[in-house]
Amino acid sequence: MKAYDLAELALRNLRESVLRNSLTTAGISVGVASLVAMLSLGIGLQQLAARRLQKSGLFDTVVVSSRRDLRGFNRDEERNGPAPAESPTLNETARQKIEKIPHVREAYPDIRFVTELRYQDKPHLGMVAGLPFSAKSNDAFDGMQGQFFSSDGAAEAILQKSFAAELLGRHSEPDDNTNVAELAAPLLGKELVMRYAQRVASPENEHPGAPQTMDDALTAAAYSVVSRVQTLKIIGVSDLDPDSMRGTARARVFIPLQLAENLHIMQASDLRDSTPSSGSEPAYATVGVRVDSPKYVPTVEESVKKMGFNAFSIVDATRSVRQFFAVLDLFLGIFGSLALAVASIGIVNTLVMAILERRREIGIMKAIGASDGDVKKLFFAEAGVMGLFGGAVGVMLGWMIGRVINLGTNVYLKRQHFPPEQIWYVPWWLVGGAIVFALIVSLLSGLYPAARAARLDPVQALRYE
Amino acid sequence: MPQSHGKAPVAGRTRRAAGWYSRVVIVPPAFVMTANPANSSPESRPDAVVSENLCRYYAMGQTLIRAVDGVSFHIQAGEFTALLGSSGSGKSSLLNLIAGLDRPSSGAVVVEGRNLAQLSREELAQHRLHTVGMVFQSFNLIPSMTLIENVELPLRFAEADRGMRDGLTRQALDRVGLGARATHRPSELSGGEQQRAALARALINQPRLLLADEPTGNLDSRNGAEIMNLIREFNESLGMTVILVTHERALAERYAKRLLFLADGKLTGDQQINGLPPTQPSGQPSGAQP
Repeated sequence: MKAYDLAELALRNLRESVLRNSLTTAGISVGVASLVAMLSLGIGLQQLAARRLQKSGLFDTVVVSSRRDLRGFNRDEERNGPAPAESPTLNETARQKIEKIPHVREAYPDIRFVTELRYQDKPHLGMVAGLPFSAKSNDAFDGMQGQFFSSDGAAEAILQKSFAAELLGRHSEPDDNTNVAELAAPLLGKELVMRYAQRVASPENEHPGAPQTMDDALTAAAYSVVSRVQTLKIIGVSDLDPDSMRGTARARVFIPLQLAENLHIMQASDLRDSTPSSGSEPAYATVGVRVDSPKYVPTVEESVKKMGFNAFSIVDATRSVRQFFAVLDLFLGIFGSLALAVASIGIVNTLVMAILERRREIGIMKAIGASDGDVKKLFFAEAGVMGLFGGAVGVMLGWMIGRVINLGTNVYLKRQHFPPEQIWYVPWWLVGGAIVFALIVSLLSGLYPAARAARLDPVQALRYE
Repeated sequence: MPQSHGKAPVAGRTRRAAGWYSRVVIVPPAFVMTANPANSSPESRPDAVVSENLCRYYAMGQTLIRAVDGVSFHIQAGEFTALLGSSGSGKSSLLNLIAGLDRPSSGAVVVEGRNLAQLSREELAQHRLHTVGMVFQSFNLIPSMTLIENVELPLRFAEADRGMRDGLTRQALDRVGLGARATHRPSELSGGEQQRAALARALINQPRLLLADEPTGNLDSRNGAEIMNLIREFNESLGMTVILVTHERALAERYAKRLLFLADGKLTGDQQINGLPPTQPSGQPSGAQP
């Protein structure tokens, strides 16, 4: 029998016992709907997490630190590779080498220090970080009030929202929703006085080179610390933390990187670097490596690790997040599929009932020339049509359920004074996949009834009343 | 001599069918030669059905039912034969074997040169579709389908061209006088009308053999006669071989040209009507009548 005839006969047979077949199809729809709703929520949550991570602006950044620091982000990395003492120092030479790795846009030293900042003669303590000029394109500055640094060496500062609030004498909560513009208005253009400790090389240290004697080595590492003052102009207040990866070491004031380098500010890592083997060249605590595109992050990370440094990227962090969501999706999918499994039993039941009911009809069809294959295909087609309809209706139903859950969640978020979030997403592959899945489940359910109908003995079937 | 039942013969048959229904004599030469074997001399007619020591046994618990027990006969193409016997004599079982609905336990049943005992299930289905047409006592129309859908069904199984199907089906219904009731369901028709529709369905694929199992059993005498007249017309004008199963001897004698008598699964008699010489069934005593 031709496919068109099969479909036509299947549809007319399904219409004959419309109630029973509709109920079976509804069963499939509910199964598919639960699958789609569960997975759409899983995917939505995953995307929400991804968006949050993306907003950090460091998706294309690899943070490189020296193994000497003994503060790698990954314990395994510390166990493998060269021992901390044998690993190279993260200095200017290393930075330039890293910058030459393919797909690396830039490698900038991370300069950060805690110091005193005076605003209107009131002292405040805060972490100051040097920010490369390229960070201008960072998503974190999208909601910034004021402007970005005029040049890489300008004596300007961008304040983090919470620090701006502190300067104004306001009490600030970490997840406060105060308007940034409100905070920025009185501060922009004002002066901020930064006191800092400058690292000044000792006068004896005029001939840098490999230390020959113990005395030489001591001399090479020697430097003085001088207290200095730098006046900065407040030019911007940022809502988001462009540096959010750093956790406890979060900066509250940002100054141009070139300026920070020029000031030769004494950093915490300098104390460790005063050990003899480090040489005269100052070492960086960390180097930020910006990569052309997030997809190159793993390869660049690998190259950096081969050089003997620790490397950490947000991709590393998202890997575990993605793993979590893969497991979550799997579980949600299994729960969703359970309903579909129950629905498939409904299909088997409906079709087996149909065989009993249509025994005589099958006998007639065989008597007038239907082959086993024709009968089998007909029952198969009926199962397929139910699956296709059930799948299509189920996807729509699942879409609506997801929408309702999303709506409910947003109402709750609004009551808790949180901004609305899209926690539900139905991609096209899920729409197609769910319908195809329903079709496959239905066809599998139709296997046994179809085979049974095809095996019917026409003589026996014709006798059946 | 297996014959092919592919799509090409179907197309040929539909062409023939169009000529047949409209009674326009545009037929392929092959059809002219075999168009009406009933009118040609008995010697030149090939055998349509040959039964050789045919047996069909059923196990019913501990007992073995010998529904058909060593039956042998030859039926020539174009012959109108009646299988006569009381209830349970095995005449319907024999008809089912010729129809390819059932398989013999032993022996051979050769229809149009093909031994059905050796055919696969798929080949038997093709045999039922193209070689034989069947009508039953209980009409066996599919109740959920309209008449036109019922009659069209064998064309669907034969994968006949969609464009031709509607015309062929309507012609077949016109032929049995049901053109006006094409969209009715069987339940809306009288028994006689239902049986006429069943006849139209049996003939839609232009079979060479018509098997009728008590076709008038559920009809009054007037409707019964109408059906029998149609069957006779198909036999005479189209040269179809007809095997009629009945327990009514008078009916058989009125329409059939040959009577085969069955009792307890055995052939007990073979009688020619209208003065034609009887054909000797091989290995069976002839002329023995109940």
